[in-house]
Amino acid sequence: MTPRAAFSLLVTLGALAASSAPAAAERLVASLSNHRVMVTSNFTGEELVLFGGIEQDSASRPRRGGYDIVVTVTGPRQTTVTFRKARVLGIWVNADSRVFENAPAYLAVLSNRPLDAITNTETLRRLQLGLDNIPLPQRASVNIADAASDDPFRLAFIKLKSDHGLYREASNGVTFLTPTLFRASIPLPAEVPVGTYEVDVRLFADGAQIARTPSPFEVYKSGFEQIVTAAARDHGLLYGLATAMMAIATGWFASVVFRRD
Amino acid sequence: MQIYLPIADLPVNVFVILAMGLAVGFISGMFGIGGGFLMTPLLIFLGISPAVAVASVTGHIAASSMSGAISYWRRRAIDLALAFMLLAGGIVGTAFGVWLFTLLRAIGQLDITIGISYVLLLGIVGALMVFESVRAILRARQGKPVELRRPGSHTWIHGLPFKLRFKRSRIYVSAVPVWGIGFIIGFVGAVMGIGGGFLLVPMLIYVLRVPTATVIGTSMVLTLVTMASATVMHAATNHLVDALLALFLMVGGVIGAQFGARAGQQMRGERLRLLLGLLVLAVGIRFALDLVLPPETIYSIRPVDPEA
Repeated sequence: MTPRAAFSLLVTLGALAASSAPAAAERLVASLSNHRVMVTSNFTGEELVLFGGIEQDSASRPRRGGYDIVVTVTGPRQTTVTFRKARVLGIWVNADSRVFENAPAYLAVLSNRPLDAITNTETLRRLQLGLDNIPLPQRASVNIADAASDDPFRLAFIKLKSDHGLYREASNGVTFLTPTLFRASIPLPAEVPVGTYEVDVRLFADGAQIARTPSPFEVYKSGFEQIVTAAARDHGLLYGLATAMMAIATGWFASVVFRRD
Repeated sequence: MQIYLPIADLPVNVFVILAMGLAVGFISGMFGIGGGFLMTPLLIFLGISPAVAVASVTGHIAASSMSGAISYWRRRAIDLALAFMLLAGGIVGTAFGVWLFTLLRAIGQLDITIGISYVLLLGIVGALMVFESVRAILRARQGKPVELRRPGSHTWIHGLPFKLRFKRSRIYVSAVPVWGIGFIIGFVGAVMGIGGGFLLVPMLIYVLRVPTATVIGTSMVLTLVTMASATVMHAATNHLVDALLALFLMVGGVIGAQFGARAGQQMRGERLRLLLGLLVLAVGIRFALDLVLPPETIYSIRPVDPEA
C-alpha cells in the first residue's frame, strides 16, 4: 500500500469515526448535475454543477463558525515533464528538467472562503488540500520524492497548468444557498483530458473536518470523435492509408474542380 | 465555428484552420514546396502539440502536392524520370535520418539540434537564394541577357560517371549527384520533420541546372510520395495523425495551391526565387530569434507519451 493510499484510508477512517461520534452528527450529501461528460465535435468545455446538503440530526450541536465546504476535483493521472531553459553559448536551451510522476491532468480546489480561513496550515497540509499542498511527486533519476511547496519547478508546473485553466484554486467556487445547502460549479475547459475524475467534498466546522463524501464523474468521447480515436489507436496502418488516400483524393478533386485549361 | 479535434484533443476554429491551409497552400503551389516549415509552427502556435502537428501536416502537404502536381502534369512540366531517381536516394536518406533522430532523442539533444538546423539551413539557403536572384534581376535590368542556361559551362559535377539523359528537363547529368540530392532531402526531412521542398528546388536549379519550368512540378511529385508515406508511417507507429485537422488543412490547402500554381507560372523565374528566398530567410530569422531572445517564460511542460 502506498503511503498516499494508506493516508487516505486513515483520513476516511478518521472521518467515519468523527461522523459516528455524537458531537459531529452531520451527514454530507452531494450530487453532480452530470456524471458523464460527453466530448462531441462541438465540445468547447463545460461547467458541471455540484449540489450538496448538510443533514443535521438531533445530536447536532450548533456550530459557532458555521459550515465550510472544500471541493477537490482530481482528473486522470498524467506523467509530465517540466523543462527549464538556460542560456548556453548565447542560445536558450532546455537545460534542466523534472518529471512529475502521475500528476493530475486536471485539478480544481473550490471552497466558500480562502482555505487558510477555513482551517489552519497544519491541517491543510495533512489533508493535502489546496494547490500548495497537493502531492506532486518528482522523479530525479531513480528516487521519487515530493519537493517542497516552494520548489521552482513545482511552482512553474502549477502556474503553466493554471494558465490553461487546468489547475485552479477558487475561494469563491462554493456558494451557500442556505446555511446547510451549497452549490459548487466545476469549470471544465475544452482541453480537459478524457478519463475518470474524482470529486472529493469535505465539510469543515470550527476548523476541523467533520464529514466527507465522494462523487466521481467521467469525461468521454462519443460518436464521431470516439470512432476516429479508436480507429487511430487500434488500426493505425489502415487509418494512415485512409488519411493518405483522402489527401490524394482531395488534391485530385481540387484540380478537377478548378481546371481551367 | 468551433470544432473539437479528436486526436489533438482540443477545439479549434474551422475558419482559422481553413484560412491557414489556404495561405500555406497558395505558397506551396507557387513555389513547389510542401510548406511544412510554415504550417507546423503555425499549428503549434494554435496550441496543438508538436507531435500531432508534425504528423497531421504530412497529410495536408500530400494533398497540396497532389493538386499542384496534377496542374503541372497537364502543362507537361514534370520530369518523372528525375523524380524517380531522386526518390531512390531519398529512401536511403530517410532511413539514415530516422536512425540519427532516434540517437539524438536517446541522448536528449533533439530539440536543440532541430532548432539550430532550422536556423542554419533556412538562413543559408534563404540568403543564397536572395543573393542569386537579386543579381539575376539586376543583370536583367541592365539589359544583359538572362543567363538561365549555360550549356557550355561544365563543373566537376558534369565529370561524374553514370550519365543519364533527362528528356523532359533537357539535361544530361550523372546519376550520382541526383542520388546525392535525394539522399540529403530524405535525411534532412526525417531529422527535421519537413518535406524539404524549399531545399530541393534551389538544389535542382543550382546544382543540376534543371530549368525552372520543370523544377517545381518534379519537386511536387517527390513531396507527394514522401509525405503520403510519412502520413501512413506516422499513423501506424505513433497514432498521432488527426484526420479531421488534416482534412480542414487539405481543403484549404488544395484550393490555395491551385491559385498559387497559377500565380507562380505567371511570374518570372528570378522574381519567384527572390520571393521564396525572402520567405525562407524570414522563417530562419524567426527561429534564430527564438533561440537567442530571452523567452517569455523559461519553463515549459510536455506530457510524456506512454509509449516512450
